[in-house]
Amino acid sequence: MAGGADHGRTERWVWGAGSVVVIVYALIPVAWILSLSLKRSADLGDNRFFPQLVSLEHYAAVFQDPQFSAALWNSIGIAGISTLAAVLLGMLAAYAIVRLEFPGRRLILAAALSIAMFPPVSIIGPLFNIWRTVGLYDTWAGLILPYITFTLPLAIWILSAFFREIPWDLDKAARVDGATPLKAFVFVIAPLAAPAVFTAAILVFMFAWNDFLFAISLTSTNDARTVPAAIAFFTGSSRFQQPTGAIAAASVVVTLPIIIMVLIFQRRIVAGLTAGAVKG
Amino acid sequence: MSRRGSAERRLGLLLCAPAVIAMLLVTAYPMLYALWLSLFRYDLRFPDERLFIGIDNYLSVLSSAVWWQAMFNTLVITVGSVSLELVLGFLFALVMHRTLIGRRWVRTSLLVPYGIITVVAAMSWRFAFDPTTGFVNGLLGLEGAWLTERWSAFFVIIQTEIWKTTPFMALLLLAGLTLVPEDLLHAARVDGANARQRFLRVTLPLMRPVIGVALLFRTLDAFRIFDTVFIQTRGAQGTDTVSLIGYNALITRLNLGLGSAVSVLIFVCVLAIALLYIKGFGIDLTRRREQ
Repeated sequence: MAGGADHGRTERWVWGAGSVVVIVYALIPVAWILSLSLKRSADLGDNRFFPQLVSLEHYAAVFQDPQFSAALWNSIGIAGISTLAAVLLGMLAAYAIVRLEFPGRRLILAAALSIAMFPPVSIIGPLFNIWRTVGLYDTWAGLILPYITFTLPLAIWILSAFFREIPWDLDKAARVDGATPLKAFVFVIAPLAAPAVFTAAILVFMFAWNDFLFAISLTSTNDARTVPAAIAFFTGSSRFQQPTGAIAAASVVVTLPIIIMVLIFQRRIVAGLTAGAVKG
Repeated sequence: MSRRGSAERRLGLLLCAPAVIAMLLVTAYPMLYALWLSLFRYDLRFPDERLFIGIDNYLSVLSSAVWWQAMFNTLVITVGSVSLELVLGFLFALVMHRTLIGRRWVRTSLLVPYGIITVVAAMSWRFAFDPTTGFVNGLLGLEGAWLTERWSAFFVIIQTEIWKTTPFMALLLLAGLTLVPEDLLHAARVDGANARQRFLRVTLPLMRPVIGVALLFRTLDAFRIFDTVFIQTRGAQGTDTVSLIGYNALITRLNLGLGSAVSVLIFVCVLAIALLYIKGFGIDLTRRREQ
């Protein structure tokens, strides 16, 4: 039996060591870009992982750059509005799919699925051409529209997976107890549905925040250029300076909100990610 | 009853209509438009020379070495990253499944690569492998400029993809692992099955649907690869992918006719991959939802 206990202990050690390796692997590029952003310009080429001296010069430069502030504002606004719209439309559709009997329910889910697989590069040409004609090129709306389209499948799937689990009849019980329909909805149904809506919103926001292809194809100026596009086309404060430090600082700034969201909402994110694939 | 039924039907369609319209307006319509444009010689720099030329654009794409090299590159990146991700994802999922103390930490840190902007991830790895700013060469005692040669550039690109998307794979597989009943594994152990047999004969077959879904989504994602290659090489050193070729023709060179032909071909490839998986794995995503 002693052998068995030994075996268990070794196994635990192996899995424990495995966790450490996974954590280090997952965090290295983040630590690296953070460390780059804190190096002085003179030290950027020193091939060290950690900065010798910590300096905030790149952050100062990035925030003084009107291009970056504009991009940050565009990113927040565009991702925020896309999220609101996609989740709202997704909620209506998911509610109907889960609660109502009507033909084509399956068709809608299948359509959503095929759009999730759709290659965005296939439509940037036509969108570019149409947007220029109707005046949506290089505007917020010009990006918000494709973001809504490409996040709706995610929203509909997550919301319908979660809505299925809600005991909807509770609102009848509340109404029997004398609550008005509105009250029943606000105090009984809404709190039950809120986690699902929230989960969908987080994942939709992450998608819009991350997009690069539409952002570089359908914008050209600070009017609507988002952060990923701005980072890719960073020129630095002078034409002769390698903008490595500025890129690193900008990267850290846009990564922070994501890391904070992940830390706070990790359970929801995991549940949402796996809802479509695993839940029956 | 029937009146209630028809009212319900109307309400259902009404509630779904906005979502369906929003989804089709920006995909189906532009896709049909791309199909239409692909039949024309249409360059936005010379819009007056627009001319119907039938399938000539397709013929010139399909007979160009650039397209086939990009296709080859895309397949190298897809197969390379997805197969390694499946193995690594399984390992990560097993680590999360088996460790009790660090599980939360592992899961939290895995969500960081998932959540990070692809452009940022690509930049971070580009700087890491860069000979003047990076630390990788120092770590390995090498001197090379990774992104200036074709196969080492592929290595950097594929490993960036793996880093960024293995977490997605691992989390899906972990969710699948938790569906494998412990009793069954225990019974197999009692019957004398060793760890390998338990994994191959019990765990894997039960996880087949989850693996299928994870592979399907990752393969399609990898096939559409754009951000990482754009940031790390911009297609230089013969690392062009099909999406990059499409982007360059459409947005950089404003050749809407030829670019649209590329777009349509990419769409057809994606469709073929999806059908292959759905048939191969017997994935039926909608039926499982309907229950």
